[in-house]
Amino acid sequence: MEHVSIGEAVDKKVTTDPTTSQNEAPTAKASGDRPTLRRWRRRPAGSPSTEPEPAVTETVPPFDIAPNDPLLAYLQTASGVVDLTHLTLTSPAVTALREAGVVLVVPLVASGELVGMLQLGSRLSERDYSKDDRELLESLARHAAPALRLGQLVRDQEVEARDRERIEQELRVAQLIQQQFLPKQLPDLPTWDISAFYRPARTVGGDFYDFITLPDGRVMVVTGDVTDKGVPAALVMASTHALLRESGPRLRSPSAVLAKVNEMLCEDIPAHMFVTCLVIVLDPPTGKMEFANAGHNLPYVSGEDGTMRELRATGMPLGLMPDVIYEEAAATIAPGERVLLYSDGLTEQHDSTGEMFGFGRTADVAANAPAGDDLTDACIEALSAFTGPDIEQEDDITLVALRRTTGAAHAAEAPTKEPKVDKQSVSFSLPSEPGNERQALTQLEPLLTASWLNTDQRERLNTAVAEATMNAIEHGNHNQPELLVDIKASVETDAVTVMVTDRGAAAHVGQTHPDLDLKLAGLQTPRGWGLFLIENMVDEVDETSDDGHHTVRLAMRRTPSDTNEGGA
Amino acid sequence: MTTYNVAQPASTTLAVVTLSGQIDRDAMEPLTAAYEQATTDNPKTILLDFGDVDYINSTGIALIVGVLGRARAEGRTVQACGLTSHYTHIFEITRLADFISIYPDVDSAVAGATTPEETQL
Repeated sequence: MEHVSIGEAVDKKVTTDPTTSQNEAPTAKASGDRPTLRRWRRRPAGSPSTEPEPAVTETVPPFDIAPNDPLLAYLQTASGVVDLTHLTLTSPAVTALREAGVVLVVPLVASGELVGMLQLGSRLSERDYSKDDRELLESLARHAAPALRLGQLVRDQEVEARDRERIEQELRVAQLIQQQFLPKQLPDLPTWDISAFYRPARTVGGDFYDFITLPDGRVMVVTGDVTDKGVPAALVMASTHALLRESGPRLRSPSAVLAKVNEMLCEDIPAHMFVTCLVIVLDPPTGKMEFANAGHNLPYVSGEDGTMRELRATGMPLGLMPDVIYEEAAATIAPGERVLLYSDGLTEQHDSTGEMFGFGRTADVAANAPAGDDLTDACIEALSAFTGPDIEQEDDITLVALRRTTGAAHAAEAPTKEPKVDKQSVSFSLPSEPGNERQALTQLEPLLTASWLNTDQRERLNTAVAEATMNAIEHGNHNQPELLVDIKASVETDAVTVMVTDRGAAAHVGQTHPDLDLKLAGLQTPRGWGLFLIENMVDEVDETSDDGHHTVRLAMRRTPSDTNEGGA
Repeated sequence: MTTYNVAQPASTTLAVVTLSGQIDRDAMEPLTAAYEQATTDNPKTILLDFGDVDYINSTGIALIVGVLGRARAEGRTVQACGLTSHYTHIFEITRLADFISIYPDVDSAVAGATTPEETQL
C-alpha cells in the first residue's frame, strides 16, 4: 500500500485550537478585528480511538501567536497546505512551530476568517507527504473549518449570554438593596422645605442618603457615597446605613457618629473600598447646624441675595484607617437660605466633549436658582442642559436640598395663614418588567396618601401613573428589564406632579382615539385605552423628549373647590 | 392575581361572576374561563361583580371590552356591580356604561327592579 493511511496522518497530526484567551474582554465588536488567534493549544497527537504512538504523543505547551504575526496574514490568503520547510517569512510563530517539529500547516478558513489551523509533524514513515496526503488534508480542512467556526460562534454566544445574564441579575440585586435603604418619606419639618433626588446610574453605584430623627427632636441628615459599584457597593452601603442608624440617635454629635461608624467599618470593609459621608444635625426651629464630613462634597449654602458659602469640615473617608478624629463645625441657616448636598455623580458627569460639570456649575445653580424653585430640579435641569442628549449617566446622582422658610422676610412676602410651604417629593426607579406599574403605585402611596389629594383625585392620579408606567415599560423601554423607568413625584401647595421617564427616544403616541362602537364591531383592537385614560384622569399631561429620555409629566391641580368636595 | 367564582341565583336567567384581585394582563385566562363557565347553562345575562377588585388598568378594560363583544355576539347582556366610584367613572368615560348596566351590588342587580345606579362625579 503506497497510500498513507488516514490513521497515520491523524497520528502525526498535532491539532490546534485557537482558543480565544479567557481573560480577553469580549468587547471587540466586529469579528474581523478580533485577535482570534492569540492562543494555540497543541494537544497530544492521536485521538483516544486510535492506537497511540508513544514516539509522537509529545505534549507541547500552548503558545501564543501575536495577532500581528505575519504568519496569520499569510495563512488567511494561502490556498491549501503550507509547507513550513520552504516558507520564507520572518515570523516568530514560524520559528516556534519549526522548533516544535511542525512541518505542514493547513489553514482553516471559513467566511474569509482564519479560525484555526492544522499542524503536522513529519510522517511516521519519515517519507515526505505525498500529493494525495495534501489533497486529503485540504479536503479535511475545507470541512473542518466551517464546523470549527460554528462551534466558536456558539461558544462565544453562550459566554456572552451568561455574562449578560449575570450582569443584569447583579444590577437588579444591587438596585433592590439600595432602594431598600433609601428613605420612603421625607421628614415633615414645619419651617423647612426638604427635597431629595436620587437617580442610579445603569451600573448602580453606592450613593445613599437618610434622615434620622434624634430623641431631642433634631434631625440628622446624612449623604454618602461608597466607592465601587454593583452588589459590593450596595452591601457596604447597607452596613453603613445600619451603623449610622444605630449610632446616630445614641451619640448625637456628627463627629462622634462618624468616628464610631469609621471604627466599625474598618474592621470589615473590603480593602479597596471606602465611604465618603457627610453628617449634619439640624435643629429645625433655630436653623442651627452641627456637621462633620468624612471626605464627602462640601455642601453649599446660598442666600436669597446670591451670597454663597460652604459648610466646611474636614476628615478622612470612612473605612480607610482606624482612629480617625473628625472635625466638627457649626453654622446657622437663616430664613430664606438654602443648603445643597450633592454627590459626585453630579459634579463628575462629563459632556460629549469630555468636560466635567464640576463644582463651579454646581455652585452657580445653588446661588442663582430662583428662590421659589426646587434646587434639586434646578441642578438636574442644569446638568441635562450641560451634557446634552444621549449622554449616559456615569454614576449615581444624589441631591438633598434644605430650605429654611419662616422668619420675617418670608412672613412679609407670604402673609397667609398657612406659612408652611408643604412640599415633599420622592423619586425611585424600576426595572422594565411587565406588572411593575403596581410597584410604582406602592412606592408612591405614602407620599400621595399624606398629600392634600382627596380619594378621587388620588385614584385618578394612580390610574394615570399606572398607565404611563406601563407605556414606559412596554413602548419606551421595550420590556428590557435592565432599562429603568424613573419616577419622581412631588407635592406642592397647588399641584401634585408625577414624572415618568423611560429610555425611549421619542414620544410613543400613535394610539388612535379608542371608540367602543368600533371595538365592539371588531373594527378596532379592544386595546389602546392607555393614553385615553391618562388624558381623562389628570388635570395636566405633557410629554418631553431629550437626552435619550422620554418623560411624561402628570399633574393634579388644587382648586378652591377641592377642599369642599372631599372624598365623595 | 385574579380569581373568580360563578354562581347562578335560583329562578333567574342570570349568571353571577364574582371577580377578585386585579383586572390586568394576568386576568385574561381567569376571565375567559369564568365566562365559559358562566355561559354553560346559556344565561341571558352575565353579571360581573367587581366588589373585591382593587385594580383595573387599560389592559383590563380591553379584556372587559372583549367579554362584552363576545356576550353581545351570543345575544347576552352584561351587567356590572360593585364598582368603586373611580371605576364607575372609568366605565362612563370609556362608554362601557352605555352597554353595561351598573348596579350597586348583586342583590339590586338580581332584583332587576332597581334602576341602574346614577353615579355623579
